[in-house]
Amino acid sequence: MKVLLRKQTLGDITFSIINGLVMLLVVVATLYPFLNTIAVSFNNGIDTIRGGVYLWPREWTLQNYVSVFKNPHLGQAAFISVARTVIGTIIQLFCTAMLAYVLSRKEYMFNKFVTTLFVITMYFSGGLIPGYMLIKQLGLLNNFWVYIIPGLIGVFNMIVIRTFIQGLSEELIESAKIDGAGDFKIFFRIILPLSKPVLATIALFIAVGQWNSWFDSMLYAAGNRNLTTLQYELMKLLSSATSQGGSVNLDQYKNVTNLVTPVSIRAAITIVTAMPIVLLYPFLQKYFVTGFMIGGVKE
Amino acid sequence: MRSSEIILDDKQEKSWLKYNLRRMRSQQQLLWMSIPFVIFICIFAYGPLWGWLMAFQNYKPGVSFFEQEWVGLDQFKMLFTDPDFLRVIRNTLAMSLICLILGFVGSIGLALLLNELKNVLFKRIVQTVSYLPHFLSWIIVTGIVADVLSTETGIVNVLLTKLHLISEPINFFADPKYFWGIVGFSSLWKEIGWGTIIYLAAMTSINPSLYEAASIDGAGRFRRMFSVTLPGIKSTITILLIINIGNILNAGFEVQYLLGNGLVQDVSETIDIFVLKYGINLGNYSFATAAGIFKSVISLVLIFMANGFAKSIGEERLI
Repeated sequence: MKVLLRKQTLGDITFSIINGLVMLLVVVATLYPFLNTIAVSFNNGIDTIRGGVYLWPREWTLQNYVSVFKNPHLGQAAFISVARTVIGTIIQLFCTAMLAYVLSRKEYMFNKFVTTLFVITMYFSGGLIPGYMLIKQLGLLNNFWVYIIPGLIGVFNMIVIRTFIQGLSEELIESAKIDGAGDFKIFFRIILPLSKPVLATIALFIAVGQWNSWFDSMLYAAGNRNLTTLQYELMKLLSSATSQGGSVNLDQYKNVTNLVTPVSIRAAITIVTAMPIVLLYPFLQKYFVTGFMIGGVKE
Repeated sequence: MRSSEIILDDKQEKSWLKYNLRRMRSQQQLLWMSIPFVIFICIFAYGPLWGWLMAFQNYKPGVSFFEQEWVGLDQFKMLFTDPDFLRVIRNTLAMSLICLILGFVGSIGLALLLNELKNVLFKRIVQTVSYLPHFLSWIIVTGIVADVLSTETGIVNVLLTKLHLISEPINFFADPKYFWGIVGFSSLWKEIGWGTIIYLAAMTSINPSLYEAASIDGAGRFRRMFSVTLPGIKSTITILLIINIGNILNAGFEVQYLLGNGLVQDVSETIDIFVLKYGINLGNYSFATAAGIFKSVISLVLIFMANGFAKSIGEERLI
């Protein structure tokens, strides 16, 4: 804050110190659980139960990760997670951007009607059971496309992209039309290239959403073990651990070694599931902060 | 053709149909682009609304829709006399309010303190770290929460024991009295940093001369924070509060589902979990649909009330 300040009083200095300590507490409280989980994931499972593993592994081992990666279900789940993230992000981004372009054209004759049709769905939906029956009737149960198709358009994302497109130069589009370009050509050749910053942000939001999603997997694809996602497999492990007070059904891991425990396996899967986001995070942070700002624009 | 500049002349105006056909032809590419999405939204967002009729039937799978038994409002009557349902409404409201209040106080407090940090590098580190949990799934976060609170090795029990505040480790997930608090703090941990972004943005637009004036009047830093910064973001706080009130019944599924267990289900089950349990797990579609309708209607009423309130106090409206 570039304010002309008088000499710092004792109160101001005390404030600074306390403030710094509180901030340090926030950092520690946020980071400690991660670092601890990493340490546990690299520590011998039996040894972990003795307690006292905090920020650094006491008995190093890769056994936990070996068991995770040797489990055939988890490998398949990781593949599905990556596939739905990549395919889902591309298709949803494309569809959302195309609709955003149409609704950014003032001359589009059904503009108000279509906009209302979509905005209402932000606040109102048929609910879980009717939605489930629809998915069932459409034959999307236990089908990979259930991860992609129902979320084809993100209405909030669409509004963000539309706001951005409306800020682009109108003359550019008009002159392209005079030159005989149709709306398809304008969308592909002019709008998409010019909207890169907002599209990058929205792509990031969609991708994080796809990667983190688990409920659709549980509801619509749990019947086909080849279609479940990493998050869902992690969820099954965690929920059996909390409801039975720590005893996980470990039969599927027993063939590897007897050195792993529910706690250590859980830590390893948590790290495997969180890693893509944690690794990308520093590179992407500037995008989602600006993205949030763009998103703050009122409808 | 410059479609935006079709102007009606007197003769054309007589033929409304002709005019619209011409308009459609001039913007046929836009129409082709939008038709698939209109069909999509009609199927996936409006299609399920037909399912609401199930709430007035005694739906049996395998029987055609028109041959179902119609029971009028019986399902709703059963719902409102079901003690379980009243309990899940209480749980939903309680946990939503706890998360709402903790989230608001936490994010605003953190934003105020971040704004006072003069060391830019330290400020950036705190922000970067505190945003991170927002991008992790609830699955990962609940796993971490379970570890932190575990009886044997959890850091909370270790600290409390070492400080001699407790003699025996507490089994947090076995005692109903801790559950709402655990949910509240988990949400706080996950979203506190992310919540600060919008307040910090609002703070950058506060006129610096206000700080100067306050400083000359002898206000210390704490005083300036309360008398200049906080009033400066008041309108942002109001609008966010109103938006969140509309969502109060929607904010209750993931954490409660993931952290809940048989021992604490009296306080952990929310409306959404109730619907899932009766509908998908027990196959009682009509009953669960009635519960879902109740939730949708209340949510909509809350949103319209919040919207009207926002208008009446002169804030920008939401819908």
